[in-house]
Amino acid sequence: MTIQQVFFLAVAAITLFAAVMVVSTRRIMHAALWLILALFGVAVSFALLETGFFAVVQVVVYIGAIAILIIFAVMLTRQVFLDVGPQLNRGWWIPAVLVAGLYAALVGVLSTWSGFQTQAAALPEAASDLSQFGLALVDVNAYAVPFEVASVLLLGALVGAIFVASDRKGVER
Amino acid sequence: MIPLSWYLIFAAALFCIGLFGVMARKNAVAILMGVELMLNAVNINLLAFWRYLYAPDFAGWTFVAIVLVAAAAETAVGLALIISVYRRRSTVVVDDLSLMKG
Repeated sequence: MTIQQVFFLAVAAITLFAAVMVVSTRRIMHAALWLILALFGVAVSFALLETGFFAVVQVVVYIGAIAILIIFAVMLTRQVFLDVGPQLNRGWWIPAVLVAGLYAALVGVLSTWSGFQTQAAALPEAASDLSQFGLALVDVNAYAVPFEVASVLLLGALVGAIFVASDRKGVER
Repeated sequence: MIPLSWYLIFAAALFCIGLFGVMARKNAVAILMGVELMLNAVNINLLAFWRYLYAPDFAGWTFVAIVLVAAAAETAVGLALIISVYRRRSTVVVDDLSLMKG
């Protein structure tokens, strides 16, 4: 086993443990903090895939924006800072069995695929050139349309979020 | 080097944990956290396939960027909905949000 493999296994173990804590811890604020650790583990695995750009984007967008937004929502939607009672549904073992089955099925199907043990070839020089990616995003013959659609989606989400969350009591009543 | 299978197994486990959170948690914010875990698992898969099979082509990167944008939009709108619901009903426990139950 190389150092890289050991490092990957450690990162994967930490990430999966943090993810399990996200879905199982009783205190919702602790779940939000565990989520940050899980997202950071994902960012490290992006870096291991030699896509440093997305590792940085993951830290900036997910940890810097989405996780903070979730923490804000946790703090805004509670009267007291203690979560009483169970945080899982009564029949929580049914989804547990379902996802265990799904995981076994996924790994089973993947292991029959011929490309499952593919080793990475050396990364071509062109693949780490960020300016090429930027040009591809605005090139009409490449990915200009998905890029614009994403922009419109963000704008729509922005307007929709403000509209949904705004306090319109003065207008309605 | 790390084989592709390790990334796929890791992402599948992360996706399943997120799915469990979506199905089993009571708090709407915790359900959104489960969705975030699932989206991250998808991104690991996309980047792993890009790295191992389609390396110099930027299609995979574009896909990941779109998923990131969709995740940000989903979180913003979802949390706005949760805050709106909390303002009207004073709860974010999805069991209590049975207004549309027949």
